Amino acid sequence: MTAGIDLDQPHAQAIRSDEDVVRVRQLVRTVAVAAKLSLVDQTKLVTAASELARNTLVYGGGGGVEVATVDNGRRRGVRIIFADSGPGIADLNLALTDGYTTGGGLGLGLSGARRLVDEFDIDTGVGKGTRITVIKWAR
Amino acid sequence: MALTAEESGRLAALLSEHVDQVTQRWTETVAASLRGRLSQVELRSQLQELRQAIVTTAENGIVDLDAEYAAELRAVLAELSRGRARQGFSATETAISVFALKEVLLELLESHGGESTLRDYVAFSALIDTMGLFTFESYVRTREGLIADQAEQLLELSTPVVKLWEGVVAVPLVGTLDSARAQVVMERLLQTLVDTGSPYAIIDITGVPAVDTQVAQHILKTVVAARLMGADCIISGIRPQIAQTIVALGIEFGDIATKASLADALRHVLRLTGVETTRRSRRGA
Repeated sequence: MTAGIDLDQPHAQAIRSDEDVVRVRQLVRTVAVAAKLSLVDQTKLVTAASELARNTLVYGGGGGVEVATVDNGRRRGVRIIFADSGPGIADLNLALTDGYTTGGGLGLGLSGARRLVDEFDIDTGVGKGTRITVIKWAR
Repeated sequence: MALTAEESGRLAALLSEHVDQVTQRWTETVAASLRGRLSQVELRSQLQELRQAIVTTAENGIVDLDAEYAAELRAVLAELSRGRARQGFSATETAISVFALKEVLLELLESHGGESTLRDYVAFSALIDTMGLFTFESYVRTREGLIADQAEQLLELSTPVVKLWEGVVAVPLVGTLDSARAQVVMERLLQTLVDTGSPYAIIDITGVPAVDTQVAQHILKTVVAARLMGADCIISGIRPQIAQTIVALGIEFGDIATKASLADALRHVLRLTGVETTRRSRRGA
């Protein structure tokens, strides 16, 4: 589909529906393959992106995602930023507890996604929306 | 964009006085862009029909695509784009059938037009643009309809429940497992369990590219539902990368049996039911 993907450019994708979550997954997989992540790391990153994209849709009321390759001088990696302008997360520690959910899911999405990536940064506040940045480095 | 009464009259006159020339040149121009993928005869009859529809509309009043009496013209345009969309022509190839009329009209106006040639051409152009956009919209609508149909068919097609052995059914899942598909899978599986009286079901996820919490939750719900009906479920097709992801996510499958491949799962069930498989010793070996 996107065989000749341009790695130097960040790729943006809106998240407005369930189909968009699938598109985010496909975009992340394409970039992860191009950035030469191993199969296990690709799968982990795609799964984390799937969780966070669905959170953006379900709890954030929709938003957007930006996928880019990054380089820290020694290794290459893929960085994904999820942003929404929803209600934000009131109690971050509680939200990051395994099994805690307000939406009827398994309650593992946010905490699980954090374990699936190498770097996880979350910026949120009540009424501020939520912005999550994750990075997975190629080994 | 509607034409004025005089413009409509002149357009109708041009198109009906030079029938052969219009049809000939129009067919040639369009045929060149379609590169022989539509027969000349078919194309000619389509364009003749369209020409006639424009003339008829002009005779009924001014040429205005939105007018009530222009229904026939709209129908002809819609039919043309539907046909093109179904035959796999691109949007450009569809719209060009209409836009090519501009060139034809320009040639006619150059040789037969009076003082108002330029003004007429601009007005006719605007009308043809509107017709082109209408064609484009019908084209998109047809394609969207096709895609929606296919999506529905895919949903039906992609969730077969197959009988592997006496008392063992399997669901090979391929692709993304969203809520709609998970629902179809569960319904099919439970119905097949009743129909075949099978005590064992294998859910194979080899074809599922990523197992996130939603997919896992759908699978777990299906397993619980099957258990309530007295059937045991085995999940197979867990590849190494999926296994590692599931562990990192923290999903627990509890006491549900999981296997790496469908073959392992079938062997597991056969052992549970007391079926023994032995390899026949080859003669002379």
